[in-house]
Amino acid sequence: MTVTLSHYLILAAVLFSISIAGIVINRKNIIVLLMSIELMLLSVNLNFIAFSHYLDDLAGQVFVFFILTVAAAEAAIGLAILVVLFRNKRSINVEDIKELKW
Amino acid sequence: MIETVIFYIFAVATVISACAVVTVKNPVHAVLFLVLTFFTSAVIWMSLEAEFLAISLVLVYVGAVMVLFIFVVMMLDINVARLREGFVRYLPLGLAVAVIMLLLMLSVVTSDVFVLDVGSEPLPKPADYSNTKALGAVLYTDYVFAFEIAAVILLVAIIAAISLTMRKRTHTKYQVPSDQIKVRKSDRLRIVKMPSVEE
Repeated sequence: MTVTLSHYLILAAVLFSISIAGIVINRKNIIVLLMSIELMLLSVNLNFIAFSHYLDDLAGQVFVFFILTVAAAEAAIGLAILVVLFRNKRSINVEDIKELKW
Repeated sequence: MIETVIFYIFAVATVISACAVVTVKNPVHAVLFLVLTFFTSAVIWMSLEAEFLAISLVLVYVGAVMVLFIFVVMMLDINVARLREGFVRYLPLGLAVAVIMLLLMLSVVTSDVFVLDVGSEPLPKPADYSNTKALGAVLYTDYVFAFEIAAVILLVAIIAAISLTMRKRTHTKYQVPSDQIKVRKSDRLRIVKMPSVEE
């Protein structure tokens, strides 16, 4: 019994579903929300790499490279916004952020 | 055979630690479980012959992004009890959404309608094949413009992160060396001529 493409795709689907569940059940905690987004990107990257391996095409790995770049930038800016938010409101609870709510 | 064993061990470890990320109480523990998830995923990527990306996942993600996460989580004073409110309330909804999405994706991946004729293992690479070299050869030729855009994105991220978190302190006292050097005697010293008083 060997590992096939479907195994990797199923693993990525399971990871993606876990991060979806994480976003729904941790909706008060913005840090866990950011971490769930990182998990989602990870599962998508696993899909890209699995297809790149089984189709013998390097383009998938190049895409993963760019996704990693954008994810790092997103994490840096997200955490910077979080720090500014905490400095102004003394809280990072999602329910306390309602200035734009009309 | 050994590949299958390694895949199953690390796939199970990835799924368990990913579940722990979204369910543990303490955010610091969640970050550490996310680090574990990245490590086990890097092993799986390594088994898919993506050596460069596996190493850069560990170096860039675990080494930089996750450390940044840990810094921020430890720096902020988090009221965990308030953040956990509604966890039990939203748990059934979250599980339902996740299970439905998982079933949908599995029905696509494992169905006979959407046949993937790439299931067979590709030919093994020769011994002197370098994944990093091949990736670099593609990255600097076919994808060079995308590569430069990625560089610009990183620059924008640096500038945005610094300009968001930098604050000017107005009430602190500090020296301005250039003003100190440029000063003349006439700026500071005023000679007052006054008649001397006789006793």
